[in-house]
Amino acid sequence: MKAVSKVEGRAYPFGLKNVDTDVIIPAPYLKTISRIGLGRGAFESVRAQPGNVFDDPEYAGAPIIIAGDNFGCGSSREHAAWALNDMGVEAVIAPSFSDIFSGNAFKNGIVTVVLPQEAIDRLMEVAKTDPINVDLENKVVTTPYQDRFEFEIDDFRRHCLINGLDEVGMTLAKADRITAHEQKLAQSQPWLVPTAV
Amino acid sequence: MTTKARTLYEKIWDAHVVDQRDDGTCLIYIDRHLIHEVTSPQAFEGLRIAGRKVRRPDLTLAVPDHNLPTTPRVDAAGKRVPIADLESAAQLAALEHDAPSFGIKYIDATAREQGIVHVVGPEQGFSLPGATIVCGDSHTACHGGIGALAFGIGTSEVEHVLATQTLLLKQSKTMEVRVEGKLGHGVSPKDVILAIIGKIGASGGTGYVIEYTGSVFRDMSIEGRLTVSNMSIEGGARAGLVAPDDKTFAYLKGRPMAPKGDQWDQAVAYWRSLATDPGATYDKVVVLDAADIAPSLTWGTSPEDVVPITGVVPDPMSFADPSKQVAAQKSLDYMGLTPGQRMQDIEVQHVFVGSCTNSRIEDLRAAAAVAKGRKIAPHIKQALIVPGSGLVKAQAEAEGLDKIFLDAGFEWREPGCSMCLAMNPDKVPSGERCASTSNRNFVGRQGPGARTHLVSPAMAAAAAVTGHLADVRELMA
Ligand code: SF4
Repeated sequence: MKAVSKVEGRAYPFGLKNVDTDVIIPAPYLKTISRIGLGRGAFESVRAQPGNVFDDPEYAGAPIIIAGDNFGCGSSREHAAWALNDMGVEAVIAPSFSDIFSGNAFKNGIVTVVLPQEAIDRLMEVAKTDPINVDLENKVVTTPYQDRFEFEIDDFRRHCLINGLDEVGMTLAKADRITAHEQKLAQSQPWLVPTAV
Repeated sequence: MTTKARTLYEKIWDAHVVDQRDDGTCLIYIDRHLIHEVTSPQAFEGLRIAGRKVRRPDLTLAVPDHNLPTTPRVDAAGKRVPIADLESAAQLAALEHDAPSFGIKYIDATAREQGIVHVVGPEQGFSLPGATIVCGDSHTACHGGIGALAFGIGTSEVEHVLATQTLLLKQSKTMEVRVEGKLGHGVSPKDVILAIIGKIGASGGTGYVIEYTGSVFRDMSIEGRLTVSNMSIEGGARAGLVAPDDKTFAYLKGRPMAPKGDQWDQAVAYWRSLATDPGATYDKVVVLDAADIAPSLTWGTSPEDVVPITGVVPDPMSFADPSKQVAAQKSLDYMGLTPGQRMQDIEVQHVFVGSCTNSRIEDLRAAAAVAKGRKIAPHIKQALIVPGSGLVKAQAEAEGLDKIFLDAGFEWREPGCSMCLAMNPDKVPSGERCASTSNRNFVGRQGPGARTHLVSPAMAAAAAVTGHLADVRELMA
C-alpha cells in the first residue's frame, strides 16, 4: 500500500450528511472483476445533478473530500473505498464516519479525518478557492489562511498509513517467522511443503 | 512434561501457528490454497497494485468451475466454444490470465482434470490430511472429509494468503458429532448430514469446528465423508473433519499430487498420529443414532428445514420459536407448499445431480442404480447429471453410467458448479421445483424464484423417474 503522510491539494466542498455507500458506488458496479475503474461509477446519483462539485472543472482531480456527518454509512461494500481510490481521493474530512467505511478506507490507504462541524464549515469555504493540507505526521489540517485544525487518529492506524502498511504488509513484516515455520515444516512434513522459500 | 490430550482439530491448529498476538489472534500457516474465478480477480489485482508476488505458487492451485457452462466446451473442429455471458467470460478470462502470470498451476476448462474445486482438490491428492486448506468459497469445509482443516475465506483473505501463505485467525471451539450404529437400507451420507443439520440447526455450529465421529463415519467411504464435511457450513460450522484412517490413505495413495515413496510412509505415520487423543474433550457433543436416520430432504428455504421422506410439510405454528414460525411461513409461501402435505406427493419439474456435495463417482453410481431400466417421468422438464470433474465423468463413462442416464432421459453434462448456484446458464425457472443434490436451498439459489428440495443422489433419481419426491427405498431391489 502507498505510504501517505501528507495530502495536499484542492478539496471537493461536498458537505452532504449521511452519504451512504450506495451513493458512493451504486450496486450495479459491484459485478466488476477489478477495483480499478470504479471511479466512473462514484457518486453517480450526485453527478446526475447539474452543477455538482464532482464535475466542476475547478476541483478536477482533487485528492480531498469535505463531507458531512456519518459519511459512508449503509452497506459494507469495500467497493466504496475502491471507488474513492480510483477517483484519486486520498483523504476525506467529515464530522463523523461509519465504522465499517473508515475501516475499509484505512485498508485502502485513505485517511479519514474527523473534525468538528465548525471546522468543516470553515474548510467548505476555503475549499472553494484554495488548497487544503492534511498533515498526518502532525495530526493537523491547515489552509493558506493560517487555519489550524488539530485532529485525533488512532496511533496504530496512523503508523500504518504513514508507513504504507496494510494487513498484508504487516504480515509480510513477519516474513522471517513464516520462513522459519516453512523450514520447520520442510523437515517435519516434507511431503506437505516440499521446499522452504 | 505431560502433554494435554488434544482433539484432531487442536493438533492441526497447533501445528500451524506461526505467531500469536496478545489478543489471541494467531497467524496460521496455510498449506494448500485453491482458487476459482469468482473470488480471485480482485485479490490478484490487489497484489498487482501493491507490486507483490504470490509467496507459494507451488502450494496454490487454480481451476475454473462456478461460471462454466456445462455444455460442450470445444466444438467438432476442436475449437473452444466462446462463453455467451460477458461477465462470466470476463471472470473466467481473468483467472486464466492471472494464475499463470503469478506462477500458479492452472487447470484449463477443457482439461480432463477440470472440475469443481472441491472435487478436484482431493482427487488430485492436492488436499491432504492434517493440512490447512483454504479457498474463496464457503464449501471448502468439504476437504475435511479426508482429515484436513479446511474452510472458506473472502476475497481480501484470498489476497492475504496469496501474498503471505498465512491467515489471521482465532481458534474455534470444538464440537463432536457422533453417529453410532448402522445406516438403514437406502440411507446415504447426504441423509446423515441433513439429519445432523436438522438436529443442530443452521447456526448450531457457529463458532465451532465439527469433528464427525462414531461407527457411521468410520464405515463411510471417503466420498461419503466429503459429502458430510461439505455441508458443515450449512450447520454454521466453518469447518468439519473426519479423522484420517486406512480408507483415507487408500483413497489418496497414487493420486498425482499425493506424496510418493518414502515420503508416503512418513506421511501416513504422521497422519495416524492426528486422531483425537483418548480423554480429549470437546466443547460440545451431539449424538445421533444411525437407526433414527431415514432418507431425508428439505421442505423450506433453510438447510435446517429437514424431514424424512415419509414425513409431511410441517405446520409453521408447530415451531416453539416465534421467529422460526414466521420464517417457516415465509418459506412455505415461497416454496408453494401447505402444512400437512405429504412430502411424497410433491411434484417436481427439475432434477439436478451434481455440486461439490454430490457429484463424485459414488454419487453417480447411486443415482444410476435407481435410474437403470427406468425412464424419467414425462412432465420432467430437465434432469441434469453434472459430474464433479472430468475424471469422474471419464470413470462414469467407463462404467457405462452415462448410457444408463441417457437411456432414462437424463442429460449428461460437462463438469462444473452448474445448477448449484445458477451462475452459469443452468437455472431452475421461477416458481418451478427441483429435487437437487446440492447444498443450499436458499431463496433464489438455483435461479430467481426457484424452489429447491435438497436430497441425496438416489433420491434425486427417484424423483426423476416418479416425477415427484419419492422414497427411494420403494424403488430399490
Ligand atoms: S458446487 Fe455449489 S457449493 Fe460447490 S463450489 Fe460450486 S457453487 Fe459452491
